[in-house]
Amino acid sequence: MSTATSTESKELAPVSAESLAALLISKERPPRPSAWSTSMTFGWRAILKIKHVPEQLFDVTAFPIMMVLMYTYLFGGALAGSPKEYIQFLLPGILVMSVVMITMYTGVSVNTDIEKGVFDRFRSLPIWRPSTMVGYLLGDALRYTIASAVMLTVGIILGYRPDGGVGGVLAGIALLVLFSFAFSWIWTMFGLMLRTEKSVMGVSMMVIFPLTFLSNVFVDPKTMPGWLQAFVNNSPITHLASAVRGLMGGDWPAAEVAWALGWAGLFVLVFGPITMRLYNRK
Amino acid sequence: MSTQTSGMAIETAGLVKTFGETRAVDGVDLSVPAGTVYGVLGPNGAGKTTTVKMLATLLRPDGGEAHVFGHDVVREADEVRGRVSLTGQYASVDEDLTGTENLVLLGRLLGHHKKAARSRAAQLLEAFGLTEAAGKQVKQYSGGMRRRIDIAASILNTPDLLFLDEPTTGLDPRSRNQVWDIVRAVVAQGTTVLLTTQYLDEADQLASRIAVIDRGRVIAEGTKGELKSSVGAGTVHLRLRDPDRRDLAAGLLRRALDAQVQLEHDPVALTARLGAAASDDNAAEQASRALGELARAGITVDNFSLGQPSLDEVFLALTGHDTHDSGHDPHDSGHADGSDHSHDPKDEVAA
Repeated sequence: MSTATSTESKELAPVSAESLAALLISKERPPRPSAWSTSMTFGWRAILKIKHVPEQLFDVTAFPIMMVLMYTYLFGGALAGSPKEYIQFLLPGILVMSVVMITMYTGVSVNTDIEKGVFDRFRSLPIWRPSTMVGYLLGDALRYTIASAVMLTVGIILGYRPDGGVGGVLAGIALLVLFSFAFSWIWTMFGLMLRTEKSVMGVSMMVIFPLTFLSNVFVDPKTMPGWLQAFVNNSPITHLASAVRGLMGGDWPAAEVAWALGWAGLFVLVFGPITMRLYNRK
Repeated sequence: MSTQTSGMAIETAGLVKTFGETRAVDGVDLSVPAGTVYGVLGPNGAGKTTTVKMLATLLRPDGGEAHVFGHDVVREADEVRGRVSLTGQYASVDEDLTGTENLVLLGRLLGHHKKAARSRAAQLLEAFGLTEAAGKQVKQYSGGMRRRIDIAASILNTPDLLFLDEPTTGLDPRSRNQVWDIVRAVVAQGTTVLLTTQYLDEADQLASRIAVIDRGRVIAEGTKGELKSSVGAGTVHLRLRDPDRRDLAAGLLRRALDAQVQLEHDPVALTARLGAAASDDNAAEQASRALGELARAGITVDNFSLGQPSLDEVFLALTGHDTHDSGHDPHDSGHADGSDHSHDPKDEVAA
């Protein structure tokens, strides 16, 4: 590294004082950008990062494929007679589960990114403060969309046939991505609250595993003991999975969609302000 | 409002920041006139970076007050943010993005339209000699290039006040000179600069007033001249051919220079600190007179240099302790003092 560095600095072109002076002479400042504009700019930053480090798409491609294949063939025969039958029930659920699981990487990337010098610059800009975090989550929403597309493709190859058609599938994915965006504020909070990447990962696992598995993703909750049913039937993941399953299946599950959106709103209202409080104090 | 009347870019009173038990900044009072370069000089852990972070609205003070152009850094943080820029010790640009992407990103965040942000980015890269590296990720840049892109990012909108936090730490002498040139160009256009540094020669080159801070407190403040006369004009380093003549040479120097002479571990080396009588203007003259005396006495000098007092010497003179036993500031860098040999004062005026 040092050898490369020294050759580079030898070739470095000189600073042009005249053109610098000409640039500095203008003291006018453009009007303060809107919250929407700065959030979109930070979203663009997230997309640029994906462009430069495409390996980070591994978790939204390989992982979801693995989830679909594993659970379809593991439980298919036992639970529904055959994998092909089971995937009709499973796919919307496993889609919800995988995407919600992927959201936890948000916390890890916030945690590692926030320590870098560039955050000091972002925080010293006169912009709407939450836009840094919103930008993150917008970039992540793209990742969730990619993951959903990958899983649907695999599902369709395995024999999944959504009765809701293209419209139903798109509505289901839109609801899922929206929910995941809102849910991710939990991870931005942990990403800022905890000191190390490892602790963020550890806490995230503790939250995500019970929350996603204790739901109606794999089986109908009717066979579960009463106390578990009480939890499962009221879990946000169950509402979301039912809503997505309904939309993709061609129904209009208004109540479940409302529940999922209500939970999403609650997540933003509770964890958004906590995240921003932590961000401002960092 | 008080901005225009007082003409002060920064005014602080009793600024305090504590981290647990450590008082990183312990009652700092600063007054920085607008349009000048103000140097904050101190060793690692003295509280320089913490002070800058409070002034740039990144850290909340635990006590005291700070105003930037008359705006309170806590209550009117947004006003302050609109007028300042910060270049930190470590690249405060995104290392995963290219030079162009970084500047366009920040340009957009400052409210430029896409086209304006792109053209401003291209102009800045051109002016900073980075056009060729514009499409490379910043993590592939050399140290000197990083500082350039960093400073370029800070002047996307010409700031009224620019914080430069140890802008040359870890740079080779050539890159350091280039950064100094950039700072001069920025100041020439009317921007106020607050520069923190560990190097007296850097503060000397750029700043008109200097505050020396140690353990979170300002221990000396004034113009360069005032500060220097308090520590003497400089130091003469000598290496003799014959170690046996060293005592004789020391005696001659004491008389000729009115200096404190120190015998080094190296049996042929000795160092003389010029007394308060020597000023910047006649230090070289005095030193050459001393050289003449040694020649007349038949003492052969192999190596001779005249340098400014180092930060260590300033500290010794001002505090009675050296820079190494200062308190710890978690926000200052981990670079050891004097780890960068390019800043050895002996290199400055070699005879």
